[in-house]
Amino acid sequence: MDAVTVENLNLWYGDHQALFDVNMGIPEKSITALIGPSGCGKSTFLKTLNRMNDLVKGCRIEGTVKFNDKDIYAPDVDVTLLRKKIGMVFQKPNPFPMSIYDNIAYGPRLHGIKSRSKLDEIVETSLKQAAIWEETKDSLKKSALAMSGGQQQRLCIARAIAVNPEVLLMDEPTSALDPISTGKIEDLSETLKKQYTIIIVTHNMQQAVRISDRTAFFLLGNMVEYGTTDQIFNTPQDKRTEDYITGRFG
Amino acid sequence: MKARKRKDRFLKGLMFACALIACLILLLLLGEILVRGVPSISWKLLTTESSYRDDTIGILPNILNTLYIILITMIIVIPLGVGAAIYLNEYASNQKLVSIITFASETLTGIPSILFGLAGMLLFIQICGLKQGILAGSFTLVMMVLPTVISNTHESLKTVPDSYREGALALGSGKWRMIRTVVLPNAMDGIVTGCILAIGRITGESAALLFTAGFGLKMVDFFQSLQSSSATLTVALYIYASERGAYDVAFAIAVILIILTFLLNMLASRTASRVKKKRGD
Repeated sequence: MDAVTVENLNLWYGDHQALFDVNMGIPEKSITALIGPSGCGKSTFLKTLNRMNDLVKGCRIEGTVKFNDKDIYAPDVDVTLLRKKIGMVFQKPNPFPMSIYDNIAYGPRLHGIKSRSKLDEIVETSLKQAAIWEETKDSLKKSALAMSGGQQQRLCIARAIAVNPEVLLMDEPTSALDPISTGKIEDLSETLKKQYTIIIVTHNMQQAVRISDRTAFFLLGNMVEYGTTDQIFNTPQDKRTEDYITGRFG
Repeated sequence: MKARKRKDRFLKGLMFACALIACLILLLLLGEILVRGVPSISWKLLTTESSYRDDTIGILPNILNTLYIILITMIIVIPLGVGAAIYLNEYASNQKLVSIITFASETLTGIPSILFGLAGMLLFIQICGLKQGILAGSFTLVMMVLPTVISNTHESLKTVPDSYREGALALGSGKWRMIRTVVLPNAMDGIVTGCILAIGRITGESAALLFTAGFGLKMVDFFQSLQSSSATLTVALYIYASERGAYDVAFAIAVILIILTFLLNMLASRTASRVKKKRGD
């Protein structure tokens, strides 16, 4: 079943059209990679899925984005609830300047969980799921800013899953990290897809091949080709996709 | 070559002389005040009120009035200034309006304080019908220090990285919740600095209070002082020096004011340097 369905999506920033008629069905509990050169619209597309583009002034959208068969741009949609269901991890790790514990507990507290024991439990399971519990269990009270970049990014993943989302959007989550941390996050996403639908924007094509089940190739605001990762990288149907993955431009 | 070197040396000497003169003036001023003021400070001066019958002078009412004015002004100006700054930085979508408000508020900082006194007297006493007292004085000072609080808070809100805001919103936080839990705590040091500077200005203000808080030297309780003429320390300094010719008392007050200003400035620069350290993380 598709977790997210996008139909005829067009998006403008002021007068500039950034996405053209995108159609896409994203299957649940899998990893979908969005690839393409810089400025091709893949991050913009990702941000339409949890309405983070609402924050951009002059951003206008046409078409429908359905999550669990409901239009997320319908007027009665509670954006707060939507973003709880569709979590996001950013390119640059952005832990809050508070303790590791408070970072993880931020989301659950937001959504009304007050009980200390319940929060303790969520913090522990989230950190375990994000494979960072062993490193942090003795320093939960320490500032998250004191961690390394790779740890911070896994903390941000833990923070995102602490509110129990269904979909995780990742916007180039490893581009600011070293190879070892990148490897850890790639391994982690393999485990996480058992439970979550993951949509990841990446500049790194090896990464798309390594971890994703399906890949969409974006170019100049158009979704050029979308299929299983095997198919896209082995038998691309479109000349432009082939040129891109063989490194003729990028 | 030689001529240029000589010119260089001459100019360096000239600049040094300028710096020296500036320091000397300051030192002389401080020295004069301390030498004349410190011996006049006595326990009695600090803890009694002036009495014509006994012909004694005490500045306790003025110390209290200063505290009252600081208290009331800050109670009003903190929510107003911080709220306005939050609006400017987090809510306002019309950048042109923001720059107009910012410009207006910066201009207000440069207006001579006696004009605030005049405007305050007209507005609060003649139009609103308040009596001269702490309340009218405080309202006037609110107008005067509001820009300081707004601009310090605004600057400090600007330094909070957008990634924090995005992180909070992406977790499903509402806007106000995001501001309260992520933005404000990270701007707190700047807000505190602004408030300390504002308190400094209030403590040192006299012109704006002459017409509004008044000249009263009598000891009254807090609630009475709100609506009865009450001189703060600076106004009392003016009264004792000009009307009573009690220069020793004036200098004693000056010493107290200098110590207060010094402490407040130290506190403000301490908090400011803590902000810088935090940003360096």
